[in-house]
Amino acid sequence: MSSLQFDIAHLLAGSLVLASFMMLYQDRLYALLNVYALHAGVLALSVAWQAYVQQAPHLYVTALIALVFKAIIIPVALHRIIKRLGIHREIENAIGVGLTMMAGIGLVALSMVVMLRVTPGADALAREDLAFALSVVLLGLLIMVTRRNAVSQVVGFMSLENGLVLAATGAKGMPLVVEISVAFSVLIAFIVIGIFLFRIRERFDSVDVQELDRFRGERR
Amino acid sequence: MIAVALWSVAALLALAPAGVVLSTRPRGSIILYGGCLIATSTLCITALSDLLFFPHLTPSATLPIGLPWLGAHFRLDALSAFFLVVVNLGGAAASLFALGYGRHEDSPGRVLPFYPAYLAGMNVVVLANDAFSFLVAWEFMSLTSWAMVVSHHREAENVRAGYVYLLMASFGTLVLLLAFGLLASGAGYDFDAIRASHPSAALSGVVMILMLLGAGSKAGLVPLHAWLPLAHPAAPSHVSGLMSGVMTKVAVYGFVRIVFDLLPEPVWWWSMVVLLVGGPSATLGVLYALMQRDIKRVLAYSTIENIGIIFTGLGLALAFKAEGLDWVAALAFTAAMLHVFNHALFKSLLFFGAGAVLGATGERDMEKLGGLIHRMPKTAFAVLVGCVAISALPPFNGFVSEWLTFQAILLSPQLPSWGLKLIIPAVGGLLALAAAFAAACFVKLYGISFLGRPRSDVAASAHETDRFSLTAMLVLAALCLVAGILPGLFIDALAPVSKSMVGNIMPHQVGLQWLTIVPIAESRSSYNGLLVFLFAALCGTTAATAIHRFASDRLRRAPAWDCGYPDPNPLIQYSASSFSQPIRRVFGGVIFAAREIGEMPPPSSPLPARLKVELRDLIWDALYAPIAKAIGFATDRINILQFLTIRRYLTLVFVALIVLLLVVAL
Repeated sequence: MSSLQFDIAHLLAGSLVLASFMMLYQDRLYALLNVYALHAGVLALSVAWQAYVQQAPHLYVTALIALVFKAIIIPVALHRIIKRLGIHREIENAIGVGLTMMAGIGLVALSMVVMLRVTPGADALAREDLAFALSVVLLGLLIMVTRRNAVSQVVGFMSLENGLVLAATGAKGMPLVVEISVAFSVLIAFIVIGIFLFRIRERFDSVDVQELDRFRGERR
Repeated sequence: MIAVALWSVAALLALAPAGVVLSTRPRGSIILYGGCLIATSTLCITALSDLLFFPHLTPSATLPIGLPWLGAHFRLDALSAFFLVVVNLGGAAASLFALGYGRHEDSPGRVLPFYPAYLAGMNVVVLANDAFSFLVAWEFMSLTSWAMVVSHHREAENVRAGYVYLLMASFGTLVLLLAFGLLASGAGYDFDAIRASHPSAALSGVVMILMLLGAGSKAGLVPLHAWLPLAHPAAPSHVSGLMSGVMTKVAVYGFVRIVFDLLPEPVWWWSMVVLLVGGPSATLGVLYALMQRDIKRVLAYSTIENIGIIFTGLGLALAFKAEGLDWVAALAFTAAMLHVFNHALFKSLLFFGAGAVLGATGERDMEKLGGLIHRMPKTAFAVLVGCVAISALPPFNGFVSEWLTFQAILLSPQLPSWGLKLIIPAVGGLLALAAAFAAACFVKLYGISFLGRPRSDVAASAHETDRFSLTAMLVLAALCLVAGILPGLFIDALAPVSKSMVGNIMPHQVGLQWLTIVPIAESRSSYNGLLVFLFAALCGTTAATAIHRFASDRLRRAPAWDCGYPDPNPLIQYSASSFSQPIRRVFGGVIFAAREIGEMPPPSSPLPARLKVELRDLIWDALYAPIAKAIGFATDRINILQFLTIRRYLTLVFVALIVLLLVVAL
């Protein structure tokens, strides 16, 4: 593999991590969705590049799935949901931006250390890819943990799935079945959580999961 | 051979779903128990012919079920064949008994589907030749029997019994799982592979302890017995008979299979552990039994005693085998196996008797029975045989196996190790004490329930039980007598089992004069059940004839001596509690923390005086109650986790992930 190919793959995967960082500090839902669309777009580019580098045409399908479903359909659908729920003006009082970013940096460092330690024998591209993918997964989890709004938790979960797709395509020879199943799992999760959102909305007039806890008689 | 056995087991399994349908039909129970009777009889005959005629063949079979890379392995060697005979003899007797008894079941839908499945489970445990099938069948057996324990779930006591039983069964299976996990670490789950591997001495010791815990908790060894006297009486009587008479034997089988067969040569301290558990189990079990008033509970506690005797025999066999005296080991092992067989016979018989009494009177409390010998003479006769046999009186079978155990104990001075030399006679003392208490216990059971005058209206209006139940009891009683007067046949039949497990056999018995049995040498000891029987029969008949011939044969009823206090109330009779009072006074203070509280009304008050006896189960208080308390405390603390917010759950997952990654990274 030429060093240019490696560099571009590296750049794209790095951009994905960067996009995850951008999602961390978005406190408006529309902005978060837009960054998510960017996230998915970068993923699609990255997967397409992997398809070109590995000369694996089926990865183009995965890239297309990522582009169409994750970068276009899901963000548009979530936009609509937000509009219908009328929560587009809500501001999330997440944990302070600085603290979240520090935690995110720590997570990236952690995933680098872990991956470089456990995969000394692997191909350099795969190692870097896996390290970035783990960072994206951990950042996605961090987004889910720091948000209160169900919609942004869904977005966090889907960015986590993007990390998984990145990991799956980074390793050579992963069959298409896996990617399709990953894509479908996201779709199903989206549908389920979408229904779940409407249910919460019907009952509590809010998608703040705090309402759910209050309903169960819990104090925070 | 094994094909017939497996097909019969399959038939039993097929009967289980049929039981769901049959339980709604009026004659369904007859069809189901009839089917079980046929299947278990086939299995019994197959296993018996295998044991008698082809003991050296070990047919095996592998079915493509269970774990995909393992399959289910089955094997029929002498040990399996012997235990199959025990299981299916008990199963056939219980099915025959239930043909009559099962008709009165209130909720057949809660018993009929589980009964054949339970029989099948026990058979598969005995046939299994790999750890996976063994454990699955073991758990199956536990669960189906649990379902029948809680079949009368409206009584709070039964629900509690089921709960405790489920907990203890899970504990036992967990321990067995650990034991098999350790064994399989070097070889895999197939018993043949485990047999061929040579685990280290330390590992074998740990497996032996685990097996003692796992099998012991199912068999009811003290201190793991707490569930047994609760669960066994709670089930319908024929199932109680199976649980006490047969399922505890399946547990013994598990212990023998692993410790004698799969593990390498024993080490002397193994026997020390087994003996120190077995001896006290025998004595404590029967002491508990003596304190009870409930017939079925007496029988359940007496099972603990008999399991103690069996494990003492097994411990002796381990001791002698470890020290190289394998001819004595064969004697002790044969004694234990013979007691397995005998106990299955008479414990089933006695539980059936209790079932017949329960069916006729609706009472299990001895203090409400009495005088049943006049109303249920045939049942009374069969139960009498069972009581004499379980009290180890000649010429019945209980005597033979206990006598053989004592013969092995008397040979303990030949052991080189001083520890065993000191412990074995002490255990022998405990066993002798247990035998005496057992006699007292069954004199009480029989005397209070069947003799005297009825203590309640239900006892006065009792009627003889049905033909099927009577046949089952009389067949078992006849077998008790046959095994008692012809023990040589049974000892010889056990030779291949003993040969394959301890490597030696007892001297050949059939062909000795007058059917005597000579366990070691004629100069040392011999026993002839037939002569004892003939002598007893002759003396008894002669005495009876003489009395009736030369004295008056008229039946004369006269007022009993009543201490000058003529109250015709039958409640002034000797009661179960008063019978056991002397023993309670001697041992109860220490073992049961027994207290007698007398409440005397003030003078001139018409209130009756009351005497209350309080007994505590100290093992429960010292062992189970603290564990239950600790678990309760811990669950209360952990319970907080049940009511966290979604975000906190996510945070927990996240933190756990980070911690694990940090472990990998550092």
